[in-house]
Amino acid sequence: MTPTAKAFLLHGGLVLALVAGHFILPEYHQGNLARIMALAVYAMGYNVLFGYSGLLSLGHAMFFSAGMYGMGLSVQHLGFGAGPAFVCGILAGVVLATAVGVLALRTTGVAFMIVTLMFSQAVFLTILYFTPWTRGDEGFVIQPVDRMLFGIDLSDATYRYFAALVLFAIVMLATSRLIQAPFGRVLIAIRENEERTRMLGYDVYRHKLGAVILSGTISAVSGAAYGLLFGYVGASFASVQYSILPLLWVLLGGAGTIVGPFLGTLFMFYLIDLTSSITTAYMLLAGAALVLLTLFAPEGLAGSFRRRLAPWLP
Amino acid sequence: MAAVTPLLSTRGLSKSFGGLRAVHAVDFDLPEGQIRALIGPNGAGKTTFVSLLCGRITADEGNVHFAGRDVTALPAHRRIQAGMAYTFQITSVFPRLSLHENIALAARRRLGHDREGVRAAVGHALDMVGLAGRANQLAGDLSYGHQRLVEIAMGLAQAPRLLILDEPTQGLSDSEISEFNALIRSIASETTVLLIEHNMQVVMELAEFITVLNFGEVLAEGEPEAIRRNPAVQEAYLGTAHA
Repeated sequence: MTPTAKAFLLHGGLVLALVAGHFILPEYHQGNLARIMALAVYAMGYNVLFGYSGLLSLGHAMFFSAGMYGMGLSVQHLGFGAGPAFVCGILAGVVLATAVGVLALRTTGVAFMIVTLMFSQAVFLTILYFTPWTRGDEGFVIQPVDRMLFGIDLSDATYRYFAALVLFAIVMLATSRLIQAPFGRVLIAIRENEERTRMLGYDVYRHKLGAVILSGTISAVSGAAYGLLFGYVGASFASVQYSILPLLWVLLGGAGTIVGPFLGTLFMFYLIDLTSSITTAYMLLAGAALVLLTLFAPEGLAGSFRRRLAPWLP
Repeated sequence: MAAVTPLLSTRGLSKSFGGLRAVHAVDFDLPEGQIRALIGPNGAGKTTFVSLLCGRITADEGNVHFAGRDVTALPAHRRIQAGMAYTFQITSVFPRLSLHENIALAARRRLGHDREGVRAAVGHALDMVGLAGRANQLAGDLSYGHQRLVEIAMGLAQAPRLLILDEPTQGLSDSEISEFNALIRSIASETTVLLIEHNMQVVMELAEFITVLNFGEVLAEGEPEAIRRNPAVQEAYLGTAHA
């Protein structure tokens, strides 16, 4: 079997397993999985920049929240329906990612991390500053009546699960196609050896900018979808914590792999879920588990799997 | 010969690092189709000079003309797109990618989405450097000498008009060097070659014309025999080498 066929089977199998999950799993876990799938889209967006292009951003919450607020504010203040509001969220992500990309890519390495962190804080503070419109920390609820998409009620648990699954599958397919395409191959080349890539005649800056825009846009898609699916928009999603989470998910799952972001999000979600049922000091247990995983599987779950058993894993 | 516009020429090309004049007022002409060697003692400014040619570093003064246009203001990737290819002195491959992908990256910029074309170009380039059959190995797993060959294959896969090789035979065995010489001769009909080289045997065997740099300036230019007999060159370079 060719590597492409294996990868297709693996990713297709994951989607089928998630379909089956709806019929097998208890309701509680279905709710969790819907959240995990929506957040895994965010992780996949982050992975395009960090895992495949080698650019570490500490400010992706700005893109996630741009999508969420682009969607939420257009529902709240412009009276848009779910569909147009979703598009507004994506556009907000594209615009912000382009602007941030143009400015932040004047720096590299640690400076890039700091600049993205600062931009993200600026977005967070902007949301708080305009509290009369954004409702600040408290946030606002998207009413079920505004969550009808093509006649489908996204506040219904079953539709929500499948909407999250469809989005997840589309983004997974799109990112796996991206890294097979010449553009994606150049991103990987930049990650591996930027100077060599430039001296092969590739415009490194334009490729990096493309990566920031794609990554930011996918993150915004996730933010807009999360707001629509779970009916809440709030400033906490723009906080530093939501910039660090996708980094953790991707590191744990395996940076530069297609399934890694999902595995990392799943692992981290249930790690916190399980430990918090044991003790109130659950972050201590979660932290210890993360340290162990980083020590013994530094390439993440899918990354270790690739190195030991499946070199074909994309 | 004077009537033919050279493929590459520089006028007054200069670069200083702090107080050090690494390259000073170099006028240089390279006609199309020639194999030119650039020699000189360590620190003579050879690598700085070719870095100025391909745009890895920007010149303080002077200009570079390539293929009929002034490329002085162009960034490196645009000069490469115009038909230069550069192989690094210190091996610079993609160690965690396969040989195939290393060379495909070089070919793809030119061939784009043409997958078959890329595959054929990769196969051809690997064949030429004698690494066919190892396409699926990771470049980082190869020996140093083989990584040098991958560099050269990446240069070939770009089908450049000018191939700049910065000490290509460093770390190659004697048999690999004679294969390298044969390879360069075989591509010389399609490509102009600028070769920085310390191995005088390679220089004398390959070069049609030699430029000698010393202290960042052109000390002498001429055919191999004339350079070999030039007393100034002997003093600056060959003399010490043969001492």
